Amino acid sequence: MSEKSKMASRQMVAQALMELAREDETIVVVTSDARGSAAITEFFESFPERAIEVGIAEQSAIGIAAGLSLCGKKSFVLGPACFYSARAFEQVKNDVAYTGANVKIIGVSGGVSYGPLGSTHHSLHDIAAFRAIPNIDVILPCDANQAYAVVKYVVNRERPAYIRIGRNPIPFVHDQPCFEIAKGYVLRNGSDVTIIACGEIVWHALKACEILSKEGIEVTLIDMPSVKPIDEEIIINSARNTGKVVTVEEHSVHGGLGEAVSAILGKNFPVPIEILGIPDEFPVTGRQEEVFSHYGLDSVGIATRVQAFLRRLTHGR
Amino acid sequence: MMEQTKILKKKAIQIRKTALQMIYNAKSGHTGGSLSCVEILVALFYGVMKMDPKNPKLPDRDRFVMSKGHSVESYYAVLADLGFFPVSDLESYCQFGSYLTGHPTTKVPGVEVNTGALGHGLAVGVGMAIAAKIDSAGYKVYVLMGDGELDEGSVWEAAQIAAHYGLDNLVGIVDRNKLQISGRTEEILRLENLEQKWTAFGWRVIHVDGHDIEKLINTFKGLPVERGKPHLVIAHTIKGRGVSFIENNKDWHHKVPNDEEFRMAMMELDEKLKELDAHE
Repeated sequence: MSEKSKMASRQMVAQALMELAREDETIVVVTSDARGSAAITEFFESFPERAIEVGIAEQSAIGIAAGLSLCGKKSFVLGPACFYSARAFEQVKNDVAYTGANVKIIGVSGGVSYGPLGSTHHSLHDIAAFRAIPNIDVILPCDANQAYAVVKYVVNRERPAYIRIGRNPIPFVHDQPCFEIAKGYVLRNGSDVTIIACGEIVWHALKACEILSKEGIEVTLIDMPSVKPIDEEIIINSARNTGKVVTVEEHSVHGGLGEAVSAILGKNFPVPIEILGIPDEFPVTGRQEEVFSHYGLDSVGIATRVQAFLRRLTHGR
Repeated sequence: MMEQTKILKKKAIQIRKTALQMIYNAKSGHTGGSLSCVEILVALFYGVMKMDPKNPKLPDRDRFVMSKGHSVESYYAVLADLGFFPVSDLESYCQFGSYLTGHPTTKVPGVEVNTGALGHGLAVGVGMAIAAKIDSAGYKVYVLMGDGELDEGSVWEAAQIAAHYGLDNLVGIVDRNKLQISGRTEEILRLENLEQKWTAFGWRVIHVDGHDIEKLINTFKGLPVERGKPHLVIAHTIKGRGVSFIENNKDWHHKVPNDEEFRMAMMELDEKLKELDAHE
């Protein structure tokens, strides 16, 4: 877990796709003038007949990928998460999920990765949107190792998936590629509070745990890449142990990981929950880390808000 | 009249009767558009496409995408008649729990993709046609669109892509009945000149009488007439075709016949069957 070595998840996604394509002739990729953002230029050079460029046409990219999958291909669509989770939403719902076409959508530059480009380029609603559709997995790997593992895992899962990754090089959380569907990963064990996080903000949650530990607060930190289906058991068990849960996500506070966790605990083991995410507004202009810092989603911000949450529980508001 | 043509003409009337029966039973459906595309469906499914109702997933089958998914009654009637599923199941159309939903889904044997939201089918067809090219497979892909559906921008996106990839194994068909739910297509949003538009998008355009089964079959069988281009067949039709008081009337887009209207419609269709027999 070195902070020095960083890698963008898209690099490892692309590597995994290259490896798969060498072994499996049914692998195809579809993109919408986003081969650079998706880091699949090399794929286009190596497998030109299996790399489908559709131009700036995300709706068609999804429809075409569905058609390819219905004719026996394993289709991966790669392009900006903001466009695939909004403009192409109806195609994902109908052509992919409702039809049951085996399409994997890899939303790149997700969350606020595009930072100062503004809310047209942010996808802070994608978890909520795709969680509400049946028959599609929603997965947010937290680093390049996990992103690689996700691609290698979902290729053998014959159902649609939406996988959101970021844009920028990020530190490794996991030493090894590790991913299973509906499985949470315990990164730290502590008895004071549980933090559940997903996606590339997990690193910041991990750093927050180190800050909290110095303050005498020991956290159980769970990395939850598989937001749907989710690991209910690990959530309930951890809530039993700590009695308090904080969720952290690079997403609106509405409809994301926090509400998924809340629903499970509300039904099975109600405990106080604090949902940390982007509030219900179009975010302030800034680079990803500036936006995180502004909303208390960097390590210091998370640590501060966890402490405030614990204080409130002890002393009341 | 050629024997096969006559059989198929009768088939088209029987499909209309079945579709109307389904709509009448369900008290739900899209009468006008279902009746306008009957000959197109009959030509494709009985005279053109390679398929096996006993093996709906036959790898090399021709693909049909019902992009105008609301015309589902005649589509289901054709599939049932061909034996993809029991004709008696049509009685459950739109009933609680039935697999025969009011727009096509892949739960129905023979249906390739779930449709109903307009402007989706062509892109899916493009993907299928690209897959065939990648695999050097011989199957063709037919996508049936409504003319009102062409208002959707996604159709034109997919049209550009099809031309870019030179998909001469892809056939788009427009059921050009000139009506959509609120009125005449040219008044709601002008579509013409359709031929010039599609030609400019890189397609080869062919006009055909959409109620002439023989011409439809010959047209489809003759494709592609130009290598390296997708083909668009503009099938000129009459919405509600086959029942005089339903024909060319926008109010019948999804109007359901009452008891008397249903009786009159069936009587008229039976008369047409008798006329065909009288020509023997």
